[in-house]
Amino acid sequence: MSGAEQTMRLVLRSTSGKVGVALVIFHIVLAIVSPWVVPYDFNAQSEVLEHMGPSLAHWGGLDTLGRDVFTRTLLGGREALLVTIFGTAIAMVWGSLFGMFSGFKGGRTDEFMMRAVDTFLAIPFMILLLLVIASFGNSVIVLMLTLGFLYGIGVIRLARAATLGEVTKDYVLAAQARGESVWVILLAEILPNIRDALMVEAAMRWSWMLLAFSALSFLGFGVTPPTPDWGLMIANARIYMPLAPWPVLLPMIALSSLIIGINLMADALAKSLGLDRVQRMPL
Amino acid sequence: MVNGQELSYLLRLVIQRIFAAFVTLGVVSMVVFAAIELLPGDACQAFLGQMAQGQRLANCRAEHQLDKSPIERYGIWAAGLAQGDLGNSIKRSKPLEEVIGPRFRNTVILGLTAAGIGIPMAIALGVIAAWFRERKVDFWISGVAIFFMTIPDFITGTLLISLFSVWLGWLPGIVIMRVDAPITEVFSQIGLPVLTLMLVMIAHIMRMVRSSMIDVLASEFVMMATLKGLPRWRLLLLHALPNALLPAINLIALNIAWLMGGVLVVEVVFNYPGIGRLSVNAIADRDLPLVQAIALLMAAIYVSLNLLADLLTLMLSPKLRTQRVQP
Repeated sequence: MSGAEQTMRLVLRSTSGKVGVALVIFHIVLAIVSPWVVPYDFNAQSEVLEHMGPSLAHWGGLDTLGRDVFTRTLLGGREALLVTIFGTAIAMVWGSLFGMFSGFKGGRTDEFMMRAVDTFLAIPFMILLLLVIASFGNSVIVLMLTLGFLYGIGVIRLARAATLGEVTKDYVLAAQARGESVWVILLAEILPNIRDALMVEAAMRWSWMLLAFSALSFLGFGVTPPTPDWGLMIANARIYMPLAPWPVLLPMIALSSLIIGINLMADALAKSLGLDRVQRMPL
Repeated sequence: MVNGQELSYLLRLVIQRIFAAFVTLGVVSMVVFAAIELLPGDACQAFLGQMAQGQRLANCRAEHQLDKSPIERYGIWAAGLAQGDLGNSIKRSKPLEEVIGPRFRNTVILGLTAAGIGIPMAIALGVIAAWFRERKVDFWISGVAIFFMTIPDFITGTLLISLFSVWLGWLPGIVIMRVDAPITEVFSQIGLPVLTLMLVMIAHIMRMVRSSMIDVLASEFVMMATLKGLPRWRLLLLHALPNALLPAINLIALNIAWLMGGVLVVEVVFNYPGIGRLSVNAIADRDLPLVQAIALLMAAIYVSLNLLADLLTLMLSPKLRTQRVQP
């Protein structure tokens, strides 16, 4: 049995782990197949039926512009998932590489890199994000790269701390004695041993990035209308809440269930690997 | 107690930390300045938009000294900052202090209220959850707190508006006030934003207090105190809690910094005239000098609160304080 398979088994042993993994898989599958299963065109407007409540024809009712809310909710997580999954991957890769290198090198290099990380953490992320989007547009690539860069800074710290716990161990010393190069030691020797900590970190980063992305689209900086997106749907329909709650409720449930799913999965993962994730705060 | 040798060591550490904080702030100001420089177009082009050409652009650039080199401009900006002069807003054509000041005051009122109620509550809930750990009370406290920590803050805010404002009609759902409204008027309006911020932040601190409290309760001195027959409340509040709070100080500082920086989304949800909403507007207006000033202000808050937490931890924990004096 491979390591990953064993971890998966441990995660699925707890009820919360099962629920979390099920929610995440459900959302990913939905994001892939939704364009083929939605009952209506997400942009088709019905002039007479705006703000109409749920009915057999329109399960989620219609929004302010008379568009089918159920259809838009099914499609509303696609860009969020695309951006945050690849964004998290980018953050994990560059953050881990820099962090492992810093922890392994130690000395002045390490000192300098940690000062740089401290400095970057002091800069307000949200303003930087909004600024970049205001200047370079909100294309998927820009969002992925910016989020990936910003959320990788925190990964550096974690990867460094985990590496510091490994560098003095015999297998690393042995590899150094064999004359292996730095990157071989980092990738082939140390990385497999800090994989658990990085996996938990990745799950947490994913949920934080999703929070950031949905906040961006809530503020109108994330996706361009009329593309359906949960954050944007909530922002647009919020004002009509007393009149028509359903265009707000469905995307809220969808977004919350995905984020809760990721967190349940991260918790179960951390617990099964014996790691503590209490002391962290989104940054 | 602190003796002479310890004191001088402590003093040196404190000075070191303060110096490091100033260096960090200096570097942050350079990074913020550079980030804005690297964006396509300058502040005048961004502000004037399609009208950015010919004499008008040249005038604007001359007025805001954009015709000088970046290094010169950084020098002017930094020198102004050191004297407490933030520069002028391009869009709002008045000194930035006048734009930022009253809104920052509003953010501080909102943040301090949320912190003042939320932090003690989080600590109390953490202690209760630790005392009843793995039982129903703990399960419910932790569950509800983590639920609100997990879901996005704009969802929490919207749910609270529909519950307390639309449905029950108890609290105003949206803030309608002048930027410089008197404090009493501010307080009459901020019920729901405060509640939202509290719900978002309570779980972070509560979980931390809970887990460190569980550790402390399992330690020998607590068992000793129990065996001595100390009343439970004395044991919890006077002996265990101070020790359990120590690791939470940094997290509490982070939370306060987060609140003081203006929580952008929550201020937008409630239409609150604070620094968070100002920063969103400044970016939408391309008022780059304003954005630059706000970013630096937020960084300064973050750095100084972190410094404060570090120093506090240092003062309160004998272990850290004497580490290098007695090997």
